Amino acid sequence: MPPEPATTPVLEARGLTKRFDTLVALDAVSIAVAPGTVTAILGPSGSGKSTLLRCLNFLVVPDAGEVLFERAQINPRDDAALNAHRARVGMVFQQFNLFPHLLVWENIALAARLVRHLSADAARKRALALLDRVGLADKADAHPTQLSGGQQQRAAIARALAVEPAVLLFDEPTSALDPELTGEVLAVMRQLASEHTTMVVVTHDVEFARQAATQVVFMDAGRVIETGSPAQVIDAPVTERARRFFSLKSAG
Amino acid sequence: MIGPDGALAPERPSLLARAPWWLLVLALAAVLIGWRVVTDALWRDIASRLLDGLGLTLLVTAIAFPLALGIGLFSALGLVSRNPLLRQLATLYVQVVRGLPVLVQIFIVAFVLVPLGVEAANALGAQLSAQDVPMVARVIAALAFAYGAFEAETLRGGLTSLPRGQAEAARALGLSRWQTLQHILLPQTFRRVLPTLGNDLICLLKDSALVSVLGVRDITQEARLYQSATFRYTESLVLLAFFYLALTLLVALGVRALENRYRRHAA
Repeated sequence: MPPEPATTPVLEARGLTKRFDTLVALDAVSIAVAPGTVTAILGPSGSGKSTLLRCLNFLVVPDAGEVLFERAQINPRDDAALNAHRARVGMVFQQFNLFPHLLVWENIALAARLVRHLSADAARKRALALLDRVGLADKADAHPTQLSGGQQQRAAIARALAVEPAVLLFDEPTSALDPELTGEVLAVMRQLASEHTTMVVVTHDVEFARQAATQVVFMDAGRVIETGSPAQVIDAPVTERARRFFSLKSAG
Repeated sequence: MIGPDGALAPERPSLLARAPWWLLVLALAAVLIGWRVVTDALWRDIASRLLDGLGLTLLVTAIAFPLALGIGLFSALGLVSRNPLLRQLATLYVQVVRGLPVLVQIFIVAFVLVPLGVEAANALGAQLSAQDVPMVARVIAALAFAYGAFEAETLRGGLTSLPRGQAEAARALGLSRWQTLQHILLPQTFRRVLPTLGNDLICLLKDSALVSVLGVRDITQEARLYQSATFRYTESLVLLAFFYLALTLLVALGVRALENRYRRHAA
């Protein structure tokens, strides 16, 4: 178990376990996310990083264990509680998943209107302000398919921010982008981090984790192997498994 | 048929090959028929008789199709429901209705289900006779049920073809199931299945001719009545076919215009 943080965690997972048929994707995983921090979840493919992230907003419902928001346990079978939880825990996907039938600004305004009950006018204003924040003010009236991958991902970040979540989850946000486009997405994420947005980021980008993360969680085979500051986990891992992973990464 | 590039038709056909010759042939036929109608009293007589039935053909189609879409949407949601009872009921409906000729369904609704329904209503205290339910209403109900099964399959196919990420993204934002369906999934499904819906609308328009077997005076029934009185088969059938073709072509062009509006930014 990680040591109890000094501040109350905003989001917490305790003993999450998930099996897919015979595969144990998560094996009693616990993490705690303090407000205003960036948690980077690192590990080899198939280690359960994305499953863990998806359990935090119940896109994957764990077989056992609990998810707590500000110390309150969330029951995923209670629709109202689930929807309220998801409105407080936003998510950015690897494949962006913008809604292709809506304009870019409508993508962002929709949830503000439906979930936060903003008026159509206020929702549009919020959408335009968020687009400005991610550097896409001039793309408000474009269709998502007219944007580059990096632009789509920035719009998706703006969409997640539109419901004013307390925590933002990122599921490999740059893995579907070619190297030239990852920079603009990472820049937006760094900016969010500097504004003390609470973020949980599943990534393969060790460099980003080293620079932007407050806490690094290293996972392998459905378990948390190491948790700590980037300096501890990435640069001075204590386990053989983590040492092997990070030396490979920095060598490659 | 399939070119070296794998395309079904050449990518850039010449202007001559691209021109809608088929439409020109039809337009020519229309001009010829129109000329006969203008100059020939017999043809004019038939045309005016068919025009009397045109309203009914359009009415039957215009009411039955939205009803079929509604039934189809409900059944499609049943088909993809996580509730096994709903799924079984929807499948039962689709399989039964899809497996019966539309003509047989019209007979069953008109002469079995409606009288049964009237009896049931009377048992509950209503005072109806089967004659109180007009034939045209029975036929509309039968067509709506028949086509509801097709629309159910069409919409189910469209819904399940959407990338899973769409529903995930919507739910992750905190949208409820219904909001996700209403604002994210159904609008995209509708755009995807629009060509099939247009096709089904054309089929329904054509199948509305079946109402004539119940004596409902649509354009087919008007043509038949005219034939039995005058034995003018050729003229009345040519005009009848021309009426249907004009209607179905109009629908096809309307659907294509709608498709083009959506296609520009389809995913």
